[in-house]
Amino acid sequence: MIVDRGPHPEEILRSGHTACPGCGVALGMRMVLRALGNRAVLVVVPSCVAVISGPFPHAAIGVPMFHSAFEIAAPTAAGISRALALQGQEDIPVLAFAGDGGTFDIGLQSLSGAADRNENIIYVCMDNEGYMNTGIQVSSATPQFTWTGTTPTGNTRRKKQIMEIMAAHRIPYAATASIAFPEDLANKVQKAKKMRGTRFLHLLSPCITGWRIAEDMAVKVAKLSVETKIFPLYEIEYGVKYTVNYNPQNLPVDRYLEVQGRYRHLTTDNKMTIQAEVDRNWEDLMNRVARTSPD
Amino acid sequence: MKKFISGNHAVAEAVRLCRTQFVAAYPITPQTPIYEKLSEMEASNELKGSMMRTESEHSAMAACLSASLTGVRAFTATSSQGLALMHEMLHFASGCRTPVVMACVNRTLAIPWAFWSDQTDSLAQRDTGWIQIYCEDNQEALDSVIQAFRVAESVLLPCMVVLEAHFISHFMEPVEVPEQELVDKFLPPPDIPKRFDVTHTGFVGPVVNQAQYRSFRHLSHQAMEYTLGVLEDVDREFKGIFGRGYGLVEAECVEDADLVLVTTATITSTARFSLARLRKKGMKLGLVKIRVFRPFPTKALRSLLDGVSKIAVIERNISLGQEGIFCTELKAALANSPGNRLIQGYLAGIGGTDVDPDLIERIVMDALAREEATDGPIWMMGEGT
Repeated sequence: MIVDRGPHPEEILRSGHTACPGCGVALGMRMVLRALGNRAVLVVVPSCVAVISGPFPHAAIGVPMFHSAFEIAAPTAAGISRALALQGQEDIPVLAFAGDGGTFDIGLQSLSGAADRNENIIYVCMDNEGYMNTGIQVSSATPQFTWTGTTPTGNTRRKKQIMEIMAAHRIPYAATASIAFPEDLANKVQKAKKMRGTRFLHLLSPCITGWRIAEDMAVKVAKLSVETKIFPLYEIEYGVKYTVNYNPQNLPVDRYLEVQGRYRHLTTDNKMTIQAEVDRNWEDLMNRVARTSPD
Repeated sequence: MKKFISGNHAVAEAVRLCRTQFVAAYPITPQTPIYEKLSEMEASNELKGSMMRTESEHSAMAACLSASLTGVRAFTATSSQGLALMHEMLHFASGCRTPVVMACVNRTLAIPWAFWSDQTDSLAQRDTGWIQIYCEDNQEALDSVIQAFRVAESVLLPCMVVLEAHFISHFMEPVEVPEQELVDKFLPPPDIPKRFDVTHTGFVGPVVNQAQYRSFRHLSHQAMEYTLGVLEDVDREFKGIFGRGYGLVEAECVEDADLVLVTTATITSTARFSLARLRKKGMKLGLVKIRVFRPFPTKALRSLLDGVSKIAVIERNISLGQEGIFCTELKAALANSPGNRLIQGYLAGIGGTDVDPDLIERIVMDALAREEATDGPIWMMGEGT
């Protein structure tokens, strides 16, 4: 049976970009930009996204874009958004792509400032759980026990809960999304596009090199992150209304961990600690959802 | 209309008169009254546009330059630590060729913590590719902001208008606030590139190779050199409309001088007073005020100072381990001048200490008696040390 899904949407991320083969970030960029459409302005900051966008005089992205400094994706997008509004073009969405370093670490202050002002921007964090562009160093988005070049015996810190931080700003929209669930991802981009104010998307983006996985594994690993409840798909409206968008299969976390070289050194104890943390986080999420629902 | 206002409020009046569309700022002493006055103007609808109350100066400059790239007139103001925090973004603003205008109120950099006038904060931004104009009084601060937008938008380089803590920022003086119609005539709405036009995709700030980097730097340097002429033309046109002009540099009594004092900013006013007093006593003194620091007005200074045998540079800043920054720059500018001359640097006014006529006269006596210059600066230490 042939399902008619209408005309093929325009690809904004063009072929010839400079991502590693099988890159999860490039796939996420493609999906986000395709859902956003060609009437948009894009801000990128130092990250894999900036590298993927292409060296001068080439540009892999088919919308106007600006590669600004590391820690200022949000105020940069906000400056453009406000200037477009001054010119009567507030209908043009301004989207910022930043990595987990640019979001969880060095850009957190300026992101908080923009969210506090409820700047009219869509901010997408392409989280590959470390400084992968500079060759795999730990960030505050790197999970506990993870191997990186600067945590050779495993990361001792836990992953920062960025969604809770964004929710605490009471922004209109914050959502997690995954390249393994492209329709959910596209729906979230389009929902965000229709809203105003600060909208935040958190994409877990498997990194072939940094996660020590094969080139055909990015989507599979992303899928496992959702099915093991390590990275649940949910959205938060105005910081308080929680909705889970997908009911995971509740696979054991080991199914996610065992396919990645960065977790090769984990002990059974380590894995039990991770499972307990994931279960606790899921329970917490369920409590938040329950608090949201009137019944 | 004449108003009795502080230098900070003079700057805010200029920003209003320039119909500035976008302001992003963060509080810091002694700049804050600019930010507050602009907020009052926004609240009373005298200043139309968008005002972003950012969480840091770094973000303020990030937003100013991206708004400017989008095609609107953008302004910010800061001092000291705020300027130092902005440093990274200053390079972006000039590298992207954005005509952002900023008022910098000179203030000491920590540590030690202090709030007084010292030019090292703005001079430390020498190599960021910003045009820098140093103001002598409140009127010049107002006029320079208006000129700055004209110049910046003509050459697509950012411009810093520099005024001193307290001596200008907070001291009140009668200031001629021009009529809106005249400012509109002098400064039309911004006609600058709109880099984020969705009908013309483009990539601002991609990664370049070595030779491309060199080419972009060369273009920016050529723009800086070209800016010298634009600054002069704009100042001349400004004088034609408003009756006040300042030049790149300003000279008094240089032609027959045995000794020329070189000053900047508020020390100039005191030096003018000393000069008049000492001239009455028959001393052949001259004075040169450096107003524009970047691009450096080498040609203008050489035409004034090539034939002068003694020069004393009096300043309120220091490059630690070298000397006053204007002194080093002046020596470099005169390196190719024919003949020999004595150029002596005097550090007076560091940390916002008073530079009064007596101190200037002590410097004059020292310089006149001196047969050769010292390699380093002479510290004029006074009370309170």
